[in-house]
Amino acid sequence: MMKLCEALEVVALHRGQRIVVATMSAAGEWPKWSDTPLDFIYIPSAMGQAPSLGLGLALAQPERGVLVLNGDGCTLMNLGCLVTLAHHPANVFLLIVENSLYEVTGGQPTAGAGRVDFAALAKAAGIERVYRFDRADAWRGGAAEALSGPGPVVVSLQVEGRIGQKTPKAPRPMSEQIARLRGGLGFTPS
Amino acid sequence: MFDGASVVQALQDCGVTHVVWIPDSDLGRWEPELREAPRLQLLRVCREGEAIALAAGLKLGGKNPVVLIQCTGLFEAGDTLRNILHDLHVPLFLLIGVRSYRAHQKGESTDSCPVFTEPIVRAWQIPYVLLDERHAPSDISDAYRRASAKNESFAVLLAE
Repeated sequence: MMKLCEALEVVALHRGQRIVVATMSAAGEWPKWSDTPLDFIYIPSAMGQAPSLGLGLALAQPERGVLVLNGDGCTLMNLGCLVTLAHHPANVFLLIVENSLYEVTGGQPTAGAGRVDFAALAKAAGIERVYRFDRADAWRGGAAEALSGPGPVVVSLQVEGRIGQKTPKAPRPMSEQIARLRGGLGFTPS
Repeated sequence: MFDGASVVQALQDCGVTHVVWIPDSDLGRWEPELREAPRLQLLRVCREGEAIALAAGLKLGGKNPVVLIQCTGLFEAGDTLRNILHDLHVPLFLLIGVRSYRAHQKGESTDSCPVFTEPIVRAWQIPYVLLDERHAPSDISDAYRRASAKNESFAVLLAE
């Protein structure tokens, strides 16, 4: 089991010029590692929809690629996204931060906590490149391979759950985030 | 009247790039034309909330998607609609089949879909128009162009 900050540190080293869509517990921590226009802190979010938003971005910007930092609880809310990701190959790298908790609501267990195998679900959904890391040293050693090459890729990251966390907040208003992201993608304000 | 070929033509004429959809028994008849459309990419999803979020990603990335779903999926997709349209302010164009609308108008259906569709669309504060057999695909393209010009979301409800 690794700490969330260890997991994200490795992501930051390997994200390159790709868009990062961060939600749930990762969203609260990610700005400590990167806060560029291509870092989209998806708060407030639609429950479970970060992978779908990321897929749309990746299909629209195929040369760029998208990393989605998702929780296990929100992945459970939209398991169909794994099938959709497999059906529309695009450079989406879905990193499922697994702590078996709804951390942003205080740390209640998710349904299926400790029993659901997200890597196996992703495989069964038709995603060929699936990785699972439960230790920081293994993730450091495997991230270069997992986060390169063509998507879709699903990476299951086993992290320590944190109880009593505050609900994460976005670093800036959503309107500003959208404008920054669009600017980062080369669009001028409308 | 609406058929796959004329709707595809209307969407392509507007510069629509992607149709994100889950078919129903009426809209599903358009599948061959949507699938074969040279200037449209048909994207299949598993649930209607996904369709909304995927379309939003496309829009943020510079494409011009429409979402094509049935009202039942609209009901399911409420949280995503709320977030995308009202938190992110990403304008989307929605084509929504209203199940049993014509039978309901004739008093021949107890399906609750026609009862709730328009109130739900109003509740989500989405401007809309309801089109039936008296309308033409050009009404869809006109609505799309108006919404695009204003950079606003819009829903076309299609009587089924």
